[in-house]
Amino acid sequence: MAITEPIVEMEAISIEFPGVKALQNVNFRLFPGEVHTLMGENGAGKSTLIKALTGVYKIDSGTISVLGAPRAFSGTADAQSAGISTVYQEVNLCDNLSVGENVMLGHEIRGRFGINWKKTNEAAHDALVGLGLGDIDPRRPLSSISLALQQLVAISRAMVSRSRVLILDEPTSSLDANEVEGLFGVIRRLRDQGVAILFVSHFLDQVYAISDRLTVLRNGEYVGEYMTPELSRSDLISKMIGRDFSTLAALGSNRGRAVHATGKPFYSAKNLGRKGFIDPVDIDVHAGEVVGLAGLLGSGRTELGRLIYGADRPDTGEVRISDAITEVHSPIAGLSRKIAFSTENRRDEGIIGDLTVRENLVLAVQARRGWARPLSKREQGDLCEKYLVELNVRPADPERLIKNLSGGNQQKVLLGRWLATRPELIVLDEPTRGIDIGAKAEIQETIAALAGEGMSVVFISSELEEVVSLSERIVVMKDHRKIGEIVNGPDVTAETIVDLIATEGNVA
Amino acid sequence: MSRDSSRASSESIVTRVIHRPYVWAIVALLLLLVINLGKDPAYLGISVNAATGNLSGNVIDILRASAPIMMIAVGMTLVIATRGIDLSVGSVMAVSGAVSMEFMSTAGGGTVGEALSAAALALAISAALGAVNGVLVSVVGLQPFITTLITMLAGRGLAKVITAGQNTSASNESFRWIANGTVFGFPVVFVIAGIVVAIVAVLVRRTALGLMIESIGINPRAARMAGIRPVGILIAVYVVGGVLAGIAGIFSTASVMTVEVAKTGMAAEMDAILAVVIGGTSLAGGKFSLTGSVIGALLIATLDKTIVFLSIPSSATPAFKAAVIVIICLLQSQRIRALFARRRSGPSSLTPPPRSPAQPRKESVSA
Repeated sequence: MAITEPIVEMEAISIEFPGVKALQNVNFRLFPGEVHTLMGENGAGKSTLIKALTGVYKIDSGTISVLGAPRAFSGTADAQSAGISTVYQEVNLCDNLSVGENVMLGHEIRGRFGINWKKTNEAAHDALVGLGLGDIDPRRPLSSISLALQQLVAISRAMVSRSRVLILDEPTSSLDANEVEGLFGVIRRLRDQGVAILFVSHFLDQVYAISDRLTVLRNGEYVGEYMTPELSRSDLISKMIGRDFSTLAALGSNRGRAVHATGKPFYSAKNLGRKGFIDPVDIDVHAGEVVGLAGLLGSGRTELGRLIYGADRPDTGEVRISDAITEVHSPIAGLSRKIAFSTENRRDEGIIGDLTVRENLVLAVQARRGWARPLSKREQGDLCEKYLVELNVRPADPERLIKNLSGGNQQKVLLGRWLATRPELIVLDEPTRGIDIGAKAEIQETIAALAGEGMSVVFISSELEEVVSLSERIVVMKDHRKIGEIVNGPDVTAETIVDLIATEGNVA
Repeated sequence: MSRDSSRASSESIVTRVIHRPYVWAIVALLLLLVINLGKDPAYLGISVNAATGNLSGNVIDILRASAPIMMIAVGMTLVIATRGIDLSVGSVMAVSGAVSMEFMSTAGGGTVGEALSAAALALAISAALGAVNGVLVSVVGLQPFITTLITMLAGRGLAKVITAGQNTSASNESFRWIANGTVFGFPVVFVIAGIVVAIVAVLVRRTALGLMIESIGINPRAARMAGIRPVGILIAVYVVGGVLAGIAGIFSTASVMTVEVAKTGMAAEMDAILAVVIGGTSLAGGKFSLTGSVIGALLIATLDKTIVFLSIPSSATPAFKAAVIVIICLLQSQRIRALFARRRSGPSSLTPPPRSPAQPRKESVSA
């Protein structure tokens, strides 16, 4: 690959949204005939950078050049006409059209009497053959083929418009290993034809399998550009999560306090799993113990938390609560067994935006009591008073709509919603993500205090330092399975976990 | 309702009403009455029959006519609050009317017992139709629009089967009294409607049902994660909608003691949906206002009467109705209001309308 001229060059790109610096001085280069992976944790700015390139977002400063000439696209369609195509994670094709119609949409071959379907389907077939997909009949309805093939159809579609740059935003997140191999075959073929490919994935193994070059972003900032073979996995992970200890609040560390993991656990699951979701996992949580779930995004930590609560129905495994066999297959089942689950997806699965803080706070307690036994005004007032003060929600106005609170305060109200149910086990999925440092420290303190009072806590976070400082035991997840368990102690650091994830990756 | 009174009790009733979305419906209602007064200064007059103590007059007629609309509007409010829609209410009215007329004409005794049995049977079948809607929507997961479109067509067919396709009449003075009788001078239908609305209001606002319905309507995923079981609530809401439509069917057939299977309840779903929208409940679901829907029902009844009173040709009636309703909906729209607010405050402060929560830009950054 002796090509020196980048096809796309982005220099010192900055984008600011109200209150957030989404990108600051980010550089990015894309060479023809190369797979370039954009790496970074959730919220690092990967999608924003892609949207800046394709013109979905306006850049506040910096320059974008395509083939050496400065360009500013007005949107995806404009970018596409310049040969830059994007295939998103959720395939955006038309389910109800045929494969050929999808591939050729907007490029149908016209004859004297409108569209010549025979020729159009032949052209679609040619496009599919070009990617080694000759055995897909273009006349089949799109909905009849697997998601993985749909993904490839989306790529064929991009190729019909003679793209020189192909952006693949998390194309593998819902594919299995064989399907990923098939996709990679297609990507390599395109690369060898000289197409420049921008690849985004959370799966480290896949990144190392396919990419030639890496650009790492962190918190909207440019960390660096590296040739993949020259950067070790553990170096990559530490570049992604950074060494930013300053945000970590001073905590009463749980280290060396690992006295709870003896005797009968409060919650114990054997082979807890769900097909296509997470491989069977064993996990125990004792009373008063904080068990951390660590792993990169997409490693299966959230999925495990959801199975424990019953947000998704497990299809294998045996669950014991206080040594009695039980089944937790719905949220209300989890609630009535004194399990609570605070979601990472605050906006879609947490708050009920148009209801007040009070109504949001009492919702889970009310749901467990049933509709016919409403909480009285006074009971509601007492709950609000207790938790709004205890969790320091600002403003402490129970009649304000929750959507008008800041993210950190919404998170506190949600925490209050679960604590009000007096759970014995609480699963906290990213309770500190996307909130300001002050609120973060308060929530961390609350978690430590709750465990001190005897509550069992399953703590999920992308910030390894946070997991290490709060947890007594750490369950490490990778690629939707449990790869190890670490008893926390003075020797355990974020690196211990990173090493475990990195070395385990080489074996797999 | 209870929620209204709990909030900001320091404000006067007037300021609170002004901030309600149904304030324009009240304005329109008054406007229509004023127009009618213009044509006949004695329009609002209520006379008392010295012998029976019955009240009579245009206002009483409006109250009488509003009762069936009120019933289906209240049921529709709850369904819409869960992000659903119930197109089958008009057909359920026809089924309810058909069942009661057929039962009484077959029994033929004209007794009070028969009237009660006919009503009970009609309501039971209406509830069953509502349950079919509820199960299809919540358990099977069909779209409410399609589900209730099917029951709308099937219901009309069922009514024809019950009466063998004939317009069926019956004679039963007790049943007729529901539509034509009076209690303390007021029409029985209006009194029953008032009681039923009060029962529903207590059911949803004095229990946690209203909170759960709103939660499901605003954010179904979050509601489920908080432990709310949507299946039972959705079925209950559609059953309530069915029963209320059944009551409306009894109201509208009792006045003539005849069910016209092709006409009874025809296009009633439109009136119900309009009443709900006029009352300020969003078709997107979530927060609902029973008070608003009751006012919407009164407005539609007044509009119907006004059209007749002003001798507007019947062929122009739908267009006139549509025009009035479009104006009210425009007045309620956030954007139109923002436009007015901007103009009033002058060009110096070009503050944009409050950003819709549907597209917070910040969220997309972390995607």
